[in-house]
Amino acid sequence: MSEPFLIGDCMTGGYGNGPDILHGCTIAVDKGEIAVIVGPNGAGKSTAMKAVFGMLNVRDGSVRLDGEDITSLSPQNRVVKGMGFVPQTNNIFASMTVEENLEMGAFIRNDDIRQTMEQVYDLFPILRDKRNQPAGELSGGQRQQVAVGRALMTQPKVLMLDEPTAGVSPIVMDELFDRIIEVARTGIPILMVEQNARQALEIADKGYVLVQGANAHTGSGKDLLADPEVRRSFLGG
Amino acid sequence: MEFLNGFVALSNFVLVPAIAYGSQLALGALGVTLIYGILRFSNFAHGDTMAFGAMVTVLVTWAMQSIGISFGPLPTALLALPFGIAGAVLMVLMTDKMVYKFYREKKSKPVILVIVSMGVMFMMNGIVRVIIGPNEQQFRDGERFLIKAREFKNMTGLDEGLAIKSTQAITVVTAAIAVALLFWFLNKTRTGKSMRAYSDNEDLALLSGINPERVVAVTWIIVAALATIAGVLYGLDKSFKPFTYFQLLLPIFASAIVGGLGNPLGAIAGGFVVAFSEVMITYAWKKVLGYWLPDTLEPSGLVQLLSTDYKFAVSFMILIVVLLFRPTGLFKGKAY
Repeated sequence: MSEPFLIGDCMTGGYGNGPDILHGCTIAVDKGEIAVIVGPNGAGKSTAMKAVFGMLNVRDGSVRLDGEDITSLSPQNRVVKGMGFVPQTNNIFASMTVEENLEMGAFIRNDDIRQTMEQVYDLFPILRDKRNQPAGELSGGQRQQVAVGRALMTQPKVLMLDEPTAGVSPIVMDELFDRIIEVARTGIPILMVEQNARQALEIADKGYVLVQGANAHTGSGKDLLADPEVRRSFLGG
Repeated sequence: MEFLNGFVALSNFVLVPAIAYGSQLALGALGVTLIYGILRFSNFAHGDTMAFGAMVTVLVTWAMQSIGISFGPLPTALLALPFGIAGAVLMVLMTDKMVYKFYREKKSKPVILVIVSMGVMFMMNGIVRVIIGPNEQQFRDGERFLIKAREFKNMTGLDEGLAIKSTQAITVVTAAIAVALLFWFLNKTRTGKSMRAYSDNEDLALLSGINPERVVAVTWIIVAALATIAGVLYGLDKSFKPFTYFQLLLPIFASAIVGGLGNPLGAIAGGFVVAFSEVMITYAWKKVLGYWLPDTLEPSGLVQLLSTDYKFAVSFMILIVVLLFRPTGLFKGKAY
């Protein structure tokens, strides 16, 4: 089997010199896929994603993007390599307009960004209407769209979302999931951490259930939803 | 007629001086607020940065005057201003490299940087005094008045005269140009936007590939330019004396805080609020009220709320009132 496009392989590590939070955890996403990381609170879901993005001290294991070892790269350099990351909180420039947010997302690019901006507006039509409004004045769901749009402006080869639906209403959550599927359809692999395990697994090609910083179950979204043990322990029966 | 005379007297003694002083404070407060918003500390060395930039300008002005360069009716100092700005830029960039960078890399707390900036303040203070001395210096030349009081009286036939010093007009015009340029830069250029992004959300700015060292350097350059312009305008309008710039620190900080720290628009509004309060509270209202009130109510005293010696108390009062009732300032600022 060929290696996945992005893989955090057997990662062990923690923040700074603190204790290890991840213990031999493996996360991967392949082209055209949506991979979802779920698990109970404190399982290290976000930590695993941050490890893949280089915000963590990975003491053992490696992170590889398109076959290249990027374990020692800083998050900024990973962005240059083609990774887009949407943090869970503080993921927009609240005092700047929607359009300026997108412009800042494309800061590392020196070519014409207008076409990419049009693509983002096509993907999130509401942002086109609000392009000149400060992003901080938008609703929670719209802010998340700005955040995802900002990350898309670098034309990333893989997009990582840290709990994109945290703190939004169920209706907005469904809409956000639809949008995320649309982003995936444009060919960008998506790795995402989710609290709402059931909905997330429904749209996932691949799911990772983490428990205490280690892989507990891995499989396709459907398989995990059907797995009685996963259902009993994480999905409430 | 009575009303007009009163209004002219008010303009002459309150409005015109306060607008000029407000412009100078606004320029100073803009520098403080930019440093606060982007480097995230209160820069106590700002007053002495103003003094340093103004000092270089004064020295270049003298050199120009001695070889016979003049700017016609305008002060020669305006020609020397770019040199002053260049000198101040070099100074702050060197200070940043030698002092602040070390603490930035250690990710020191803002309060430590504040103390560090006090050290820088004392150093700059000393450097300026060693070079130019602690005394008052004259460097103004060119036309003294735009409108003389007597001319105004002849022109309008009013009893009260209105004098506008050319330095006051230059102050307002220069400040307006500087502010317009600054806002254009912050809102329209890529570098300016990256500065706002860095100020808004440092982590996300780093994620977006914005180079923090570049943002910091550009910020220092802009701040040095603003400080020098403010310092030179103040020096032209009053006179150049190193100690007055140190004293200006209080009204400047009051302006920045009143407007909301980190908010450039607020800094400008704050500058005018502080300037107008200071001038109005220390002005003897007897003359104006004499025109405006009926004869029976004409005040016998001076109607001066505070002696001008106490003008700094006004900044303090404003500062305390704002911090008590609206800590984020008139415009929404931020606190670290």
